[in-house]
Amino acid sequence: MFAYIIKRLLYAVPIALAVTLVAFLLVHIAPGDALNAIAPADAPAETIAALKAAYGLDRPLPVQYGLWLGRALQGDLGASIATGRSVTSEVMAAVGNTLSLAGVAAIIGVLAGCVLGGIAGYRHGGWVDRIATFISVIGVSVPHYWLGLVLTIVFSITLGWLPAMGAGPEGGWFLDGAHLPYIVLPALTMAVVPMGILTRTVRAVVVDILAQDFVQALRAKGLGNRRIFRHVAKNAAPTVLAVAGLQLGYLMGGSILIETVFAWPGTGFLLNTAIFQRDLPLLQGTLLVLCLFFVLLNLLVDIAQPFIDPRMRRT
Amino acid sequence: MLSLRKRLLPWLALAPIALAASTGAWAETVARYGISMADIPLTTGQPDRGAGAYQFTGHTLYDPLIAWESNVGDRPGKLIAGLATEWKPDAKDPKKWLFTLRQGVKFHDGSAFDADAVIWNLEKVLNDKAPQFDAKQSAQVRPRIPSIASYRKVNATTVEITTKEPDALFPYQLPWFLIGSPAQWEKMGKDWNKVASQPSGTGPFKLDKLVPRERAELVRNADYWDKSRVAKTDRIVLLPIPDAVTRGNALLNGQVDIIETPAPDMVPQLQAGGFKIVKNVTPHVWPYHFSTYQGSPWTDIRVRKAANLAVDRSAIVQLLNGLGQPAKGQVDATSPWFGKPSFDIKYDLKTAKALMAEAGYSPQKPLKAKVIIAQGGTGQMLSLPMNEFVQQSLAEVGIQVEFEVVELENLYLHWRSGAKGDINASKGITAINLGYVTADPFYGITRFVNSKYVAPNGVNWGGYADKEVDAKIEQLSTTFDVPTQNKLLADIHQKMVDDALMLWVVHDVNPHALSPKVKEFIQAQHWFQDLTTIRM
Repeated sequence: MFAYIIKRLLYAVPIALAVTLVAFLLVHIAPGDALNAIAPADAPAETIAALKAAYGLDRPLPVQYGLWLGRALQGDLGASIATGRSVTSEVMAAVGNTLSLAGVAAIIGVLAGCVLGGIAGYRHGGWVDRIATFISVIGVSVPHYWLGLVLTIVFSITLGWLPAMGAGPEGGWFLDGAHLPYIVLPALTMAVVPMGILTRTVRAVVVDILAQDFVQALRAKGLGNRRIFRHVAKNAAPTVLAVAGLQLGYLMGGSILIETVFAWPGTGFLLNTAIFQRDLPLLQGTLLVLCLFFVLLNLLVDIAQPFIDPRMRRT
Repeated sequence: MLSLRKRLLPWLALAPIALAASTGAWAETVARYGISMADIPLTTGQPDRGAGAYQFTGHTLYDPLIAWESNVGDRPGKLIAGLATEWKPDAKDPKKWLFTLRQGVKFHDGSAFDADAVIWNLEKVLNDKAPQFDAKQSAQVRPRIPSIASYRKVNATTVEITTKEPDALFPYQLPWFLIGSPAQWEKMGKDWNKVASQPSGTGPFKLDKLVPRERAELVRNADYWDKSRVAKTDRIVLLPIPDAVTRGNALLNGQVDIIETPAPDMVPQLQAGGFKIVKNVTPHVWPYHFSTYQGSPWTDIRVRKAANLAVDRSAIVQLLNGLGQPAKGQVDATSPWFGKPSFDIKYDLKTAKALMAEAGYSPQKPLKAKVIIAQGGTGQMLSLPMNEFVQQSLAEVGIQVEFEVVELENLYLHWRSGAKGDINASKGITAINLGYVTADPFYGITRFVNSKYVAPNGVNWGGYADKEVDAKIEQLSTTFDVPTQNKLLADIHQKMVDDALMLWVVHDVNPHALSPKVKEFIQAQHWFQDLTTIRM
């Protein structure tokens, strides 16, 4: 088991390095000029050249990458070209807000997906199954941006129950009564896709497990539905965990539209700003942290799986 | 002896006032302002994010030597005294300008404003060897004050600035250059990042709170030196909400009191809900800037004129739900620089078709042209729908336009390179669609027609060169009398229109939507707005 964990950790190292390279190259091959973040559109060529030299953007790309990676390994992601603020602190503040949002959305999505998928699997072919499948198809198909606006129109503007934007009355999100209403609409909007995907996954896994011989054997032994459900849940858990882990990673990185629609000060909002301003250090830093989160989540899922499914320990 | 009733009467009269005070009628007045930017602009002295950012963290916290009159809405503003009470060129050497500084002004941190502070601020953005030099602020303002060659302190209340060449329009550059406190920079450990959260200027507001990307809270500077511009609201909370629909929703929901640039589609809903839409003539134009280099399809003036006559601008304004104004030239027809062009820009399909036929083209035998446009972004209005409208209009008269669609930041690269630059020439791009700020003579007019500024030396993108226009610009640089300056500018603009240098479509009107709680907001005819006029 220990060797398995070490092996997984070692696999993560080249992946993380590849992530740094991709994050760096992606932002450099995109069209546009990094100095647009600070130089006005009509800045003369000499101003642009002086700025390039000042920010080290006139050096060859491999040198820039090496310097950036060296600093990143020490936890220093540089300073935003546009604001001069530390990228590490900017990203960490935004990651906190996005984690809160993604966490709440994941709880809603995973719970709703497991419940709907489980019921649909048990009632396979019946009208409950059809309704659950319909809901899951809607969940994965509906555009985020549109759903966010519809929810805002209904719950913020028409009913006036919830705020339309922002993370709190004073900026930043905290877990208290004053801030809780701010997270409801963005979290619901965000939860729809993982809910749909998990519903479909859980349903398929449950249908598959229920058709297996060991379930027939358990019934023949006289076990009640509740105890059979425990066996089904235990067998479905590894697949559900793997999919839920991927979804959480997706929620961390895939929230640009939702955070923009709700002006939620998270990583999506930050990425949006960095992309349109061509703020390379901020863009690279945010991408890197998000990708590393994804790698870390997958690593955690990989490590957790053998504890849930003993068969994994033998592979 | 007075009766009990008479003795009690004065106290009873005071009762409603006391009651009002206790129930919060005298509580702090707050205006929450949803701004269209994704972050609070730089607060250190020279805001980033373009001309529109000066109203938020520029002219609120700081003052320039020469200011722009932004608290009038019924006429164009003009240059007015800021931290300099007087400015004039030296009679013997017109390159030297003497500025008499306002006395008794203090920065928010209590230190005094004087000639040393002006020199220190010039060094901050123009001398990269100075300890206080800040590359970010420099990059913002240096292109706005290109004429400055040198400067010196004459005495505690007088500063001399020398321009590279005689430049009578130099005062127009100075509203962009803002003065911050040297003492505060020292106090903050000479760290501009720390100054950002505790800036100190002389402006009508002080920064009370800054949460990057989320909010900035400005509080009234009760001791502001210009008593006519003491803020009418105690606190202005700036909230970055880049998405136009989200801004509109926040206003409808009561989370903000003012928003800039509501989504055109939301205008009827906002008006029906009792919200007020305010707009005004704004120095901005949405044009197609033509290349006049050999080989460009736009070299024939008949084609350029036909393009201008082919577009029904009132239909575009309708598309914008009224948030635009048909353009008749580079500047609005009410501007003193408009002149009297003989070419009347309007919708005249018949004449447009006739001009194209004369040039040898028709819808069946169209002229082909490639135009580079942005998919959206600041100043681009409703870029894609508007461009598609123009494309259809031009097709009707026999101009077949193909678009190269890029992001705005990428479009700037194409703009700086000029039509002749490889980046454009290699793709056959012969026109560019980019919203232009036309706030001052240089930004609005001369930089586009001066042959000295042909790209890449400037933004005369299409390579326009006309001896008559160059001579007028030369004359302008040594004409210090404002009415004569206006006459020369009008002549130049007239020539631009008569030459149909661009396809001018609409002017922005810088719309704002206000909740009924906002009792007053004067919208200036400029990108500079005066937030001291907001009254709740």
